[in-house]
Amino acid sequence: MNINDPVNISGLTVRFGSRTAVDRLSLEVPKGSTTGLVGESGSGKSTLARAVAGLLPCRGTVTGVAPGRVQMVFQDPSSSLDPRMSIGDAIAEGTRVPRARRAAEVGRLLELVALPAGYAGKYPRELSGGQCQRVAIARALAAGPELLIADEITSALDVSVQGAVLNLLRELRGELGLTMLFISHNLAVVRYVCDAVAVMRHGRLVESGPVQDVIGAPRHAYTRALLDAVPRLSPAASDTERVRRVR
Amino acid sequence: MRRLPRNPAGLLGAGIVALLVLLALFGPPLWADAAARINPREISQGSSAAHLLGTDALGRDLLARTLTATRLTLGLALLATLIGTATGILLGTLPQVLPRRAGRAVIAAVDLLVAFPALLLAMFTAVVAGLDAQGAVLGIGAALAPAFARLTHTMTASVAGADYIAAARMLGVPRHRVLTRHVLPNIAEPLILNTAQAMGGALLGLSAMSFLGMGVQAPAYDWGRLLNEAFGHVYVTPSAVVAPALAVTLAGLGFMLLGDSFARAAAHTRAPAGGPAAAPAAVPAPDEPAPDTVLEVRDLTVAFPGGTTPVRQVSLTVRAGEILGLVGESGSGKSMTAAAIGQLVPHPGRTGSARIRLGGVDLDGLTASERRRLLGSSLAMVFQDPTSALNPALRVGGQLAEVATLHGGATRTEARDRAVERLDRVRIRHPADTARRHPHELSGGMRQRAVIAMGLMNTPRLIIADEPTTALDVTVQREVLRVLREAVDETRAGALFISHDIAVVGEVCDRIAVMYAGRVVEELPAGALHQARHPYTRALVGSLPDMDTDRSRPLTTIPGRQPAPGDVGEGCAFADRCALATARCATRPELRTRTGTHSVACWEVK
Ligand SMILES: Nc1ncnc2c1ncn2[C@@H]1O[C@H](COP(=O)(O)OP(=O)(O)O)[C@@H](O)[C@H]1O
Ligand code: SF4
Ligand SMILES: [Mg+2]
Repeated sequence: MNINDPVNISGLTVRFGSRTAVDRLSLEVPKGSTTGLVGESGSGKSTLARAVAGLLPCRGTVTGVAPGRVQMVFQDPSSSLDPRMSIGDAIAEGTRVPRARRAAEVGRLLELVALPAGYAGKYPRELSGGQCQRVAIARALAAGPELLIADEITSALDVSVQGAVLNLLRELRGELGLTMLFISHNLAVVRYVCDAVAVMRHGRLVESGPVQDVIGAPRHAYTRALLDAVPRLSPAASDTERVRRVR
Repeated sequence: MRRLPRNPAGLLGAGIVALLVLLALFGPPLWADAAARINPREISQGSSAAHLLGTDALGRDLLARTLTATRLTLGLALLATLIGTATGILLGTLPQVLPRRAGRAVIAAVDLLVAFPALLLAMFTAVVAGLDAQGAVLGIGAALAPAFARLTHTMTASVAGADYIAAARMLGVPRHRVLTRHVLPNIAEPLILNTAQAMGGALLGLSAMSFLGMGVQAPAYDWGRLLNEAFGHVYVTPSAVVAPALAVTLAGLGFMLLGDSFARAAAHTRAPAGGPAAAPAAVPAPDEPAPDTVLEVRDLTVAFPGGTTPVRQVSLTVRAGEILGLVGESGSGKSMTAAAIGQLVPHPGRTGSARIRLGGVDLDGLTASERRRLLGSSLAMVFQDPTSALNPALRVGGQLAEVATLHGGATRTEARDRAVERLDRVRIRHPADTARRHPHELSGGMRQRAVIAMGLMNTPRLIIADEPTTALDVTVQREVLRVLREAVDETRAGALFISHDIAVVGEVCDRIAVMYAGRVVEELPAGALHQARHPYTRALVGSLPDMDTDRSRPLTTIPGRQPAPGDVGEGCAFADRCALATARCATRPELRTRTGTHSVACWEVK
């Protein structure tokens, strides 16, 4: 396996009883780039993510990433950290450095996600939602993931905080050459963060390609519907245009 | 234990338990001799000065025996409880570490045992293990275990579903370590609480066993054994039953009260500390509103004890046929403003305002029942979670109809027809069919539309929608927003639309009020968001990626945090995050009208 080979998901199927949540889905995530995954809720995005992360049994293959080198960051900041464990311990759980160097490593990771190293002794309840998400990102990075999956990580955050977390992800991608699968139902966010985008519906892929192509010239009617539904705050929109869009 | 009981029942329980512990420690050294002294001349006596509670068939002092028996009774109960909890916790966590099949078998077995009567289980075990103290302890332990196993399993399963467990698994933390480091610490507290209650149960159970002759055997004695012996002579010396019976009852009661109040303390989050909230002072505002105003709020303040003031002198006006957006980050006081208008501020919060007028009627001038009637008929509230607004047990149509018969005085047939018509109006397909369905049969978007339809049943004057689309997808969100817009246009109701998403607000509303730290800092027409002047509003707009955002540049961010409702200072609340702040900003800028419909609370912008 070459280190530059893309992460290749192929023929992935996840069933819950008789329900097929993900249906023979194939998707390529090039190394060092960010691929967006969009679709309405229930379309199977999180299920796909969990299967790729090894949290759910599935059929199909995932190549280009060693087993156990996938890390995930979740949507709900209040559930993604153990309330009884200090931030430092949570991050240390993922590091593979010897015990003696652990504190330094935790400090480095905290600074990487723009938190003071002194936060290591704090507990999740002392942090805001955005800070919890930063810690979750640091914990995922601690393990040196070959693929990082971000599942709606800004959906529960305020707009101003979302901006900071998105900026952070972009910086990290530049600095660390992260390979990322970025799940969101907000196409504006996906457009801003991702290089490529895949559109999912009813457990299948309906369209995928470079972000400019899919957003600039969507081929599938469902992608167009998703695009139309994005709330817009453009300076060009006059009052009549704005109200017409909603009507 | 972090929370100690404060209520009288809890204190009583704690007192009884403390007394019992003291007796268990010091009872035997003090009274064991008296309790063992056989006195053939004082057999089976009643109460006397020498023997307060009389003597038993061998002339031993019953009070001394009862006091001495505390240690054995409590000790055995503690042992049984420990056996029960340990076995239960083990059984309850096994499914987490065993392979799936085996885990399921354990769960099934536990379910079966829980359904089995506890005392029968105890006796059965005791018969197998031997009719002595050891057998009784094992029996009671066995009887306690299934309930603990079930509790542990339920709690473990819910903690195991948390994302931090998934994260630990991805990091390669072994299963048993996940259990000991993440799962057990998070369920320890409820388990300990239940142990206090189980202790009471074990004590009663053991006493019952000894009383039936299956537990402690002579010459040893616990309270149950004393009861058993006394019962043989109940016709000769009825008073002999009193002491052990009282002891058993008192101890059972003590543990129960203590466990109960622990459980209750754990269920309640503590109320904010501090004295009662002073009713915020109202400043009169004399100006008369325009005639088509459906909601007028003047100087609304909501305060909680301890100086927490989530809403500070907010004034809002909503006209008929208009949607006013209320936007701001979480904690800025949007929902509390809505709650205050709907008279739903949770205890112990206090609302103060110069005026809240709904459809031209001053809420302050009404009696409680008049106010309820007015709110019931002219205010509709839609919340983020539609499931909480609908009763899962009832059909959708019936619930809608009830609103009309309750507050609108409609007959049942009228109400039914109206329900179907309203469902149709919110673009629910096959409205008559939908009316016959239960809430869980509808999708999230349909449920939210049904709640809006419910709000429209009585032609409200004002609709308050608090984050109605936050839980929905963009496509569904679009539908719900459209339905809201249409409802407002057609019925000429006014709407207060609350959201943290400035793009959504900009799209559906006519005017926007931006809240920060409890105050409105800017009010402007929705179309003018790009000409927003307040530094906070501008930062909000800038931090939002839209379909035209420059992808090569970082998003605008706002450094720092919004102050909590308890620590808002004297000056401009935005000052320590604001790039334009000057010395002037140490005093608070008032919201001032700049041009026509645009007001800003800021010193430094024009
Ligand atoms: N544990 C489960 N058991 C049964 N069905 C599930 C389970 N988890 C998810 N599903 C179903 O799988 C589908 C896809 O869900 P999900 O992956 O969460 O979608 P998304 O992430 O796009 O919102 C949904 O219909 C959901 O109800
Ligand atoms: S008043 Fe001062 S601190 Fe407040 S927003 Fe205006 S410039 Fe900034
Ligand atoms: Mg999801």
